[in-house]
Amino acid sequence: MRHLIALASLAAFLALAPAHASAQSFTITIKDHRFTPAELKVPAGKRITVTVANDDATPEEFESHVLKFEKVIPGKSKGIVRFGPLKPGRYKFFGEYHEDTAQGAVVVE
Amino acid sequence: MLGALIIVFREVIEAGLIIGIVMAATRGVAGRGRFVTYGIVAGVLGATLVACFAGVISQAFAGSGQELFNATVLSIAVVMLMWHNAWMARHGREIAAEMRQIGAAVTEGAKPLTALAVVVGLAVLREGSEVVLFLYGIFASGTSGMALLVGGVLGVIAGAAFTALTYFGLVAIPTRHIFTVTTGLIALLAAGLAAQAVQFLNNGGYFVVLDRTVWDTSWLLSEGSLFGRLLHTLIGYTERPSELQLVVYIGTLVVMYLLMRIARRQPQQRMAAAE
Repeated sequence: MRHLIALASLAAFLALAPAHASAQSFTITIKDHRFTPAELKVPAGKRITVTVANDDATPEEFESHVLKFEKVIPGKSKGIVRFGPLKPGRYKFFGEYHEDTAQGAVVVE
Repeated sequence: MLGALIIVFREVIEAGLIIGIVMAATRGVAGRGRFVTYGIVAGVLGATLVACFAGVISQAFAGSGQELFNATVLSIAVVMLMWHNAWMARHGREIAAEMRQIGAAVTEGAKPLTALAVVVGLAVLREGSEVVLFLYGIFASGTSGMALLVGGVLGVIAGAAFTALTYFGLVAIPTRHIFTVTTGLIALLAAGLAAQAVQFLNNGGYFVVLDRTVWDTSWLLSEGSLFGRLLHTLIGYTERPSELQLVVYIGTLVVMYLLMRIARRQPQQRMAAAE
């Protein structure tokens, strides 16, 4: 029982601990199943928030194996994706529903 | 058409693997077909609903609604799988014995079936909503919709065939060993789902701790490849697991093991008390 309480309070602490305070925001737009910008430059070692605006009428699944997110963004709407902190490098992302054109990368500098 | 087939097939096999394992794990339990069917039907209905409200879900909780929704669905599935394994730890031997004696499904056991019907429903719900959204996109864009739709339908059929393959592969295992195998598979499945759940929370901005990458095996097996995806569903393979994912993965296995030990011990204690 004491273990349970300890675990519960640890969980509560983790949940309440402020997420990396220095999150930086960026925007990516989807139009005609393509990303703009197709290359998003972000700083290293920071928590990143990307707002993805889908200007197409059809939904898209914004996904990256490297950055470990997958998110369905309905047509004519926006979605937020969070990741990082990252080491410098190139991290690919894509739109799963239109993989032939919807390709892009996050470039961490 | 081929593109649509592949996308739909990829989503369907993820749910299909889970259904195949669940069917094999309940071999010999009466009424399982009915329960699994309920699960699938409820899952498809739920998937359509989720797809319709994708926009609302996405905007909820400051844009983290989808992540919270996925994490919740996965967590419920993990709890149900734990319940199933604990139940089987207690009753598995009786069921196996009955199957050997009579060679047919005779066991009354609605308990784990409810849990597993829920697991099936949630698996279909999660993957299905992506299929529905994708197919909706095809309809909405109008152009060459028919060929793509045929591709999508073929994808579902191919996925169902894959589910059958999983099932028959598993039930080919001798009765003596089948529950050991399915129990192990379900434990790994649950651990993988739990690790996925915490990643969704992390993406949503919750539990942003222990987020360093432990290793990178993308050079060996990409999560985007078909085999990588299968292993991702089956045992929770992740090419770049975070520390938190690893901790949760191992933690789930440990909790599962403890629950099964407790479940196995209780009937004997009760018998001892009756004497």
